[in-house]
Amino acid sequence: MNTKLRIAITGGTSGLGLAFVAELVGRGADVAFVARTRARVEDVARAIPGTIGIVGDVSRKEDIYPIALQIIGNLGGLDVLVNNASSLGPTTLKPLADTECEEFELALATNVLGPFRLTKALLGALAASAREARGGVVVNVTSDAAVSAYPRWGAYGASKAALDHMSRIWSEELASEGIRVLSLDPGDMDTPLHAIAVPDADRSTLKRPETAAREFADAIAAAVPIGGSGRSGGSGWSEANVETRA
Amino acid sequence: MIPARVPVQRPRDARLLVVSAGGRMSHAPRSRLVDFLRKGDVVIANDAATFPASLHGVHERTGSAIEARLAGRSSLRSDDVRRFIAVVFGEGDFRMRTEDRPSPPPLGRGDRLRFGPLNAVVEATLDHPRLIAMRFEGSIEAIWEGIARHGRPIQYAHVDTPLNLWDVWTPIAAVAAAFEPPSAGFVLDWTTVQAMGERGVGLASITLAAGISSTGDPDLDRRLPLNEPYRIARAAASAISRAKRERRRIVAIGTTVVRALEHAATRDGVVRAGDGVADQRVGPDTRLRIVDAIVSGTHEPDSSHYQLLRAFVDDETLAEASAALEARGYRTHEFGDSVLVEKSDARNAETAGTAGNASNRLVSATDELPELSLVQQGDAVTLLAQPFDLHQLASTVAACRL
Repeated sequence: MNTKLRIAITGGTSGLGLAFVAELVGRGADVAFVARTRARVEDVARAIPGTIGIVGDVSRKEDIYPIALQIIGNLGGLDVLVNNASSLGPTTLKPLADTECEEFELALATNVLGPFRLTKALLGALAASAREARGGVVVNVTSDAAVSAYPRWGAYGASKAALDHMSRIWSEELASEGIRVLSLDPGDMDTPLHAIAVPDADRSTLKRPETAAREFADAIAAAVPIGGSGRSGGSGWSEANVETRA
Repeated sequence: MIPARVPVQRPRDARLLVVSAGGRMSHAPRSRLVDFLRKGDVVIANDAATFPASLHGVHERTGSAIEARLAGRSSLRSDDVRRFIAVVFGEGDFRMRTEDRPSPPPLGRGDRLRFGPLNAVVEATLDHPRLIAMRFEGSIEAIWEGIARHGRPIQYAHVDTPLNLWDVWTPIAAVAAAFEPPSAGFVLDWTTVQAMGERGVGLASITLAAGISSTGDPDLDRRLPLNEPYRIARAAASAISRAKRERRRIVAIGTTVVRALEHAATRDGVVRAGDGVADQRVGPDTRLRIVDAIVSGTHEPDSSHYQLLRAFVDDETLAEASAALEARGYRTHEFGDSVLVEKSDARNAETAGTAGNASNRLVSATDELPELSLVQQGDAVTLLAQPFDLHQLASTVAACRL
């Protein structure tokens, strides 16, 4: 039986997702990541040996089950799901009044429906993980745009607010199954997505995605029964450290 | 009975026939299943997620269109997806009854098969023109991707719309293992799971690679079910052992759970955590050591599922149940209605056990019997955890005829 923590992360080939894949692999987890572009998926899988790269688009309903099958197939189950893939909606930020309906729909499909569908498809695996006192954790990546009403961030902000609220309801409903649902805000990071949203930002004031990835990994370590204290550089989730919590 | 033609896992009007240990029959909406469970019962379900195991492709030597239905593999290991046993059909698809499907071209060892992005080689023919052992080429990840993107769920002519994976994965599906859905598990939506918890009914899961239910070929059908690898999770093993100790009931969701648990208990009546391969048939001569009641679909008397129910009750009671299902127009097949059959008082006489104290709903994996390693298990129990050689499969298959 696989004694490493099994983690799947969407949007794993750039920004926070990419840093997160590297951080988790460094801590000894078995990691599968999902992204849309095959060439990028293959590049990352080559660059970080031992990872499973899965090509798929979480905004497409038809892709969800093939993604879910490849995740539980390759990992033999699942302990932690990280819904990280995000879309701004319009590629250039605009006021809601100028936002096309299709752009809003894209933000909702990627940031709300995708995480809903993928979580639902993988709920059986996460519940089984919780019953085995391994894991059973969902991390939804949110943003302060979900809370503050930033002009021109309408589609993104509204979709992240929906994701945030969905996380809280999932969390209430799944507590009896031993599944934890976390909504984590990484803060303003120096990522490709941020560069698209705010092209003229002073990058030196932005958080490094590696820093956010470390904080996220610590949050997961605190939430899962399997593994250690989550200190980075420690033994993490390697086989030497898999005592289940009493 | 009437075939259920619409792929809805939990139709609002789904029904449940309950056959009590005393042989009494009652009818209820299936959504009220939990009312027939008792505080302290432990429900064991099969958490196998279903492969899209129907692969359409081409037999390269002849250029003929074929459909291969994956039907068996030797273990549940996530990297064990190279070699499969498969049932092969000629051209056509699920819309044609399996009985009417043409045979595949003559298949020989070394023949190459192409299924969309997947390439495979016939490793052996298994003493029947439709039954082969085959091996996929490429990396493990590429094989998973090819199956996930190219495969379709196996389906039969009674459902005429193409099935998607979301139609066949049970809500609790966790481990990619089954070739057809362990459909008794369709009954377990999360509302029901929650209601069970509130009633003090425990839930744990095991995984058994449910195989195909029908090939349309009488010779081949007589050999079903093929050997099925299974895994007993630690939480399930510990929940079962505590329940047995405290004389509480074990309720199996589906025939696959009965097969796995009773196989695991073959040696000494104890279900331990670990992997095995179920190779037995459960029928009228089986003395059930673990399972006290079963939730199952409704089955026609000529099926192996029906034979399995004979382990729970005598033939007279089963005939009465069948007549009741028929008279009330219950629906059959995977999306049909259900039965809850309690092991009869007569079959139960020597093990007498009814309701006991409440159990903890989520069973801690730390409170359990020591887990057997695969090696110990293989040493101790015949056929358990022994990966079988596909080349010898013909004899293995022949040996488990009725």
